Amino acid sequence: MDGFSRSRQTARSIRRDKLATYGFYGLGALVMLLIFWLLFTILSKGLPGFDFSFLIRQPEEIDTGGGIGPVLFNSFYILLISLVISIPIGLGAGIYMAEYAPDNAFTGALRICVESLSSVPSIVFGLLGLAIFTEYFGLGLTILGGGVSLALLNLPMLARVTEEAVRAVPDELREAGYALGLTKFYCIRKIVLPVALPSIITGICLVAGRAFGESAVIILTAGLSTSGEMWDFNLFSPGETLAVHLWYVQSEAIVEDARQIADKSAAVLVIVVLLINLAFRAPLWWAKRGTGR
Amino acid sequence: MAQQSYEPNPVVQSIRTKAVSGRRHLRHLLANTVARYYFLFSILALCFVLALVILFIGKTALLLFGQVTPAQFFLSFDWTPEEDRFGAAAFILNTLSLTALTLLISVPVSVGMAVLTAEIAPAWLKRLIRPILDLLVGIPSIVYGYLGLTVLLPLLRRASGEGLGDGLLAAALVLALMVLPTIARISDDAITAVPRKYRDAAYALGSTRLQVIMRVVLPAAGRGILTAVILGMTRAIGETMAVVMVIGNTPQLAKTLFTPASVLTSNIVMQISNVEFDSTWNYALHMMAFLLLLISFLLILIVRFLGRKRREG
Repeated sequence: MDGFSRSRQTARSIRRDKLATYGFYGLGALVMLLIFWLLFTILSKGLPGFDFSFLIRQPEEIDTGGGIGPVLFNSFYILLISLVISIPIGLGAGIYMAEYAPDNAFTGALRICVESLSSVPSIVFGLLGLAIFTEYFGLGLTILGGGVSLALLNLPMLARVTEEAVRAVPDELREAGYALGLTKFYCIRKIVLPVALPSIITGICLVAGRAFGESAVIILTAGLSTSGEMWDFNLFSPGETLAVHLWYVQSEAIVEDARQIADKSAAVLVIVVLLINLAFRAPLWWAKRGTGR
Repeated sequence: MAQQSYEPNPVVQSIRTKAVSGRRHLRHLLANTVARYYFLFSILALCFVLALVILFIGKTALLLFGQVTPAQFFLSFDWTPEEDRFGAAAFILNTLSLTALTLLISVPVSVGMAVLTAEIAPAWLKRLIRPILDLLVGIPSIVYGYLGLTVLLPLLRRASGEGLGDGLLAAALVLALMVLPTIARISDDAITAVPRKYRDAAYALGSTRLQVIMRVVLPAAGRGILTAVILGMTRAIGETMAVVMVIGNTPQLAKTLFTPASVLTSNIVMQISNVEFDSTWNYALHMMAFLLLLISFLLILIVRFLGRKRREG
């Protein structure tokens, strides 16, 4: 009597298990292939025939050979404005939720606020910016309006990544600080924030990457045109960004090489976003290496 | 630890030099108080923004019902703003069916990816797959839309052999790819959080890995996965630019997968810049935005409810 032979059912289970494992690996391979194919398509369509003057030339309405100079500049300018506004408030809010918020109903309400705000669709922020800057203040479509509306979109995400980063700092460090008689703020400034900084920076880079590619908000608040000058720092000129330009070129432009411009713009957009992510991710990677196992 | 004792410690110093210590101590206390109020102000500013959103959108939206009855807005399929007929039922239904279709495509793939990274793949593969999935998050939505327009639509046109290829299916495929990393990542966390002893117990009973995954791990991580799906849903419902480029932008009910249609978000962005601020048309568009807002809030409340249940369980 062979007590260890597999019953039919066991054999079937094992066969299914093997099949499923192959299935999961196959699925994973397919998804990975899809992602690489996606990136490859974007880059291979945009990069051939790419020259750097494309990045600084003026866009053209009628002739071929237009560039993306002003819109690329506007993208960075609006991103900068939105970060300057949203980082101090977003970090402050995150620190409050992680360090100060007592465990009561008020904090619960605050938390619902932050979560609700982070679920608000970006188009709604666009409508808000439109209502405030165009209707209420009568400014029209401006760089300032785009920057501020984008900042509002960034806020909840910044608050969340900061809170997570600050919460991840071990309590022993704080206790050591308090034992030395530090005030709470001094302890946060000198102990908690330096430790949390790499993850906060990573969070900021994610937010910046998202804001750089955001288009729904910018279309409604900063418009579909530029002032036509290259280094236009005026906050009140119209501020079409690169992402919006991609939309404009493929939907409304009449130039012959619209398709090539759109391809190149898409490639530039993706490359810049990836660079932002990589550049800011480096410190975290570095920090992990430093404390290495 | 040791190196700290060599540095002049502010507190020790303040004990030594009593004359200065008072001022210094005061300054620290002052900074402490100011900072506390600043942090409180920051979080209140966030709540203020939320109030601003609800107020500005809601106020304009509610003006609509002075001119159009709610029944007409919610139940009529006739959207002809030029002739003052504002029926949004088609957009609402299209939004719901687009979201459902997106999840139908995305959830099996995303959860499969989560199972692969959390349960099956060896550590080195995990470390490879996760950042690659994150790449998807980084690609701007307008680029997804553009790729959908230039790559996916021609494919669908050839495959279906009808029309332009735009419509619900194209939009759902694009959206499915966009929400994949969201759902996969959060499900991955939920699956990883399932206690090891559950698996050990199941293996000890002679289960295969597939049986452990299907009968123990996935049910145990169920609420977490549901949370992931709902968060993916909020992203799909609010997405604008990727959808607007592939859905066809025609205000009608999507009866087939290839009917050119329009959803709440795409209709708002296509029409908002052409309308007067004080017009019924504009109020109707704001009402659509307000609906989006309400749906998102509802979904977030569900997520919170699930989270609380999970902690209790």
